Amino acid sequence: MLRYILKRFLTAVPTLFVIVTISFFLMRVAPGGPFNQEKGLNPVIKANLERVYHLDQPLWKQYLLYLWNLLHGDFGPSYNLPDFTVAELFAQGLPVSMQLGGSALVLALLIGGCLGIIAALYQNHTADYAVIATATAGSTIPTFVIAPLFQLFFALTLKWFPVGGWGDGAFINKVGPVLTLMLPQLAVVARLMRGSMIESLRSHHIRTARALGLSDYAIIIRHALRGALLPIISYGGPAAAALVTGSIIVETIFSIPGVGRYFVEAALNRDYTLVMGTVVVIAIFTILFNLIVDVLYAVVDPRVRYD
Amino acid sequence: MAETILELKDMRVRFSTLDGAVDAVKGVGLHVKAGETVAIVGESGSGKSQLMMATMGLLASNGQAAGVASYRGTNLVGLPKAELNTIRGRKITMIFQEPMTSLDPLYTIGDQLMEPIMHHQKLGAGAARSRAIEMLKLVHIPEAGRRMGSYPYEMSGGQRQRVMIAMALANDPDLLIADEPTTALDVTIQAEILELMAGLQQRLGMGMVFITHDLNIVKRIAHRVYVMRYGEVVEEGETAALFAHPRHPYTRALLEAEPTGRKAPPPATAPRILDGTGVTVSFKIGGGFLSGPPIVLKAVDRVSVSLRQGQTIGVVGESGSGKSTLARALLRLLPSEGAIRFDGRDIARLDKEAMRPLRKELQIVLQDPFGSLSPRMTAGQIVTEGLLVHEPSISRRDRDLRAARAFEEVQLDPLLRNRYPHEFSGGQRQRIAIARAIILKPKVVVLDEPTSALDRQVQKQIIELLRDLQSANNLSYLFISHDLAVVRAMADHIMVMKNGVVVEQGSPDDVMDHPQDPYTQRLMKAAFVNTANG
Repeated sequence: MLRYILKRFLTAVPTLFVIVTISFFLMRVAPGGPFNQEKGLNPVIKANLERVYHLDQPLWKQYLLYLWNLLHGDFGPSYNLPDFTVAELFAQGLPVSMQLGGSALVLALLIGGCLGIIAALYQNHTADYAVIATATAGSTIPTFVIAPLFQLFFALTLKWFPVGGWGDGAFINKVGPVLTLMLPQLAVVARLMRGSMIESLRSHHIRTARALGLSDYAIIIRHALRGALLPIISYGGPAAAALVTGSIIVETIFSIPGVGRYFVEAALNRDYTLVMGTVVVIAIFTILFNLIVDVLYAVVDPRVRYD
Repeated sequence: MAETILELKDMRVRFSTLDGAVDAVKGVGLHVKAGETVAIVGESGSGKSQLMMATMGLLASNGQAAGVASYRGTNLVGLPKAELNTIRGRKITMIFQEPMTSLDPLYTIGDQLMEPIMHHQKLGAGAARSRAIEMLKLVHIPEAGRRMGSYPYEMSGGQRQRVMIAMALANDPDLLIADEPTTALDVTIQAEILELMAGLQQRLGMGMVFITHDLNIVKRIAHRVYVMRYGEVVEEGETAALFAHPRHPYTRALLEAEPTGRKAPPPATAPRILDGTGVTVSFKIGGGFLSGPPIVLKAVDRVSVSLRQGQTIGVVGESGSGKSTLARALLRLLPSEGAIRFDGRDIARLDKEAMRPLRKELQIVLQDPFGSLSPRMTAGQIVTEGLLVHEPSISRRDRDLRAARAFEEVQLDPLLRNRYPHEFSGGQRQRIAIARAIILKPKVVVLDEPTSALDRQVQKQIIELLRDLQSANNLSYLFISHDLAVVRAMADHIMVMKNGVVVEQGSPDDVMDHPQDPYTQRLMKAAFVNTANG
């Protein structure tokens, strides 16, 4: 197992390299640059700026320079937020996004998982229909509708929560964004869980457990649930990577200083270094969570033990 | 007189389906005495399994049981689950047909064995563990202590069924219900499991209900028999008496469904049509990035076959013996080494393009009548699909006519050709698969377990159909089967395969009545000890 994890870490390096390379050149194919503004910058100033940031050099030299700096942990300065380096921006924003996304994920897995199990156990009964209805609503109502509705009712009318802001991470400020992030995930988890639990409950070894007179707890939790967890784990990996790297919609609506908005804003402003930084961070999280998924798979299912 | 431990009175099972209520069991009564083995015989759909599932409270959620299933005076039907669970798994246990999937794949067999022991006998882990090891020894699992840590996927089908039996018997039940426990196993394994069950039943003095479609097993193991059809018991009686003097026509039909007859070998002048010399198929396992060199496994090892026109060669052997692989290699569906000659031509090195015109003459019919027909095509389209490749010039109308004719040849109503596979029964589907092969006027047909998934009566009809088609079209068959009774009725030459090599071959009478190789002897003993009126 350790050998397998090590091997996966080694293969992550070329993967990251390919991602960085493709993103770097794709970014440069897009027309414009970080200092092309509507008003038009004084050409002398623009040239100076480009010299400072090495943008006047040939592209391959810039690429090699970027790689070299990246190897030393230097993501470079942000072009549009010149007071900060990319690393500083992530150091400030990432913990915020991770807290919100992580909480939303854990809650979605717990609540969604329980709802899915209940629905499977009461298939085609009222409880099942209620869960299906909730799940459908959760996955069809977009975040940009849920978030303002939350603000309208719970913040402006009932005044239970602030409308927005981070408030230095006060619990009360996190409720809205976490709920909004959680709901669509919860819907997917509940539906997945219901389906895989129903399938699991129908399998032959559950029939064996029943024939042996085991208790409902043993049958449902020990035998049915464990096998039913696999699809949830597969879904959870990529979902986790997406959640902890922030959401532009939720962070914008609730004025949260996370990293979710960087990707879109930086891409629009041709803030090359910030885009690259975001790509690298998302890639690392994706690789990491996929590895965690594979390890969890092996823990749950002995047939998937590696090497 | 032994006391009655289970008595069913007027048992009914009804399933509510989208098409309305379906009565699977319609008022069945039966009883089992202590230490007695009772067989319930019937074909698929007769309700024999559902009857016992209802007794055990194991019906699917859309099933409803009614009637009385009395275990020593307690009616199990409608009993609250908590009370039911003090009886099932403790006093009455059940084992099933699917040894591959009936154990939880995620826990070691030790865990699974200990669970019901600890649950019912309220034992601690240590005591349960020694009881579990004792049970594994009882069912002859070698190295029982070490095997406790094995996962089901690390064991063969026969071993898994032994573990299932150990689980079922661990709490000293009064009654064991066995639902086709050997059907999915190879003949030799089947014989071992039956022997084990019969021995344990005598030793432990429990009653046993044995659900099966196989009359040989009934003859061998049961004291009394109930014959079921369409959810009702049509006949019951002592085994010997029932077999000697069946009263109900259905029972007689079941008994007569045993395949009979012999095939005469083709005349000595019949030309050789398909010749394989030293055919070898190897598979590579593993290998790749950081994993070292792959292991080479020879699924077929230097086998030579010579099939003449009008001949049927029966290839027998257990699963994994390489019989299907050999047939696929001969048809050039798998890469192989060695020489293959078809109709006087060396085809071993022909490429895909060169093989294509020959394909119509080399056809195959597979075992699974459910998986081998595309569910999205009509039966007529399935049957004529080969014509699109091999006779692209004929018109749609002519193709349809050919389909109708092929349907007649396999004795299906041509009007059915616009239906989809799911609308046909297993036997009808197998006829469609046969029609798909013979519509191309082949010379050689590989029949890969074509009757294994079918009930005996249907099996008999398919065998007769295959025989008729053979004599009408002078076909050559390579007939693969693990069912020796069927092979004996179909083939004029038999090859016995084990671990990729041919261990013995010859005429059916020689191989089956005077086997030379120890493995063949074991195989024949397992299969025919039953038919010797035992």
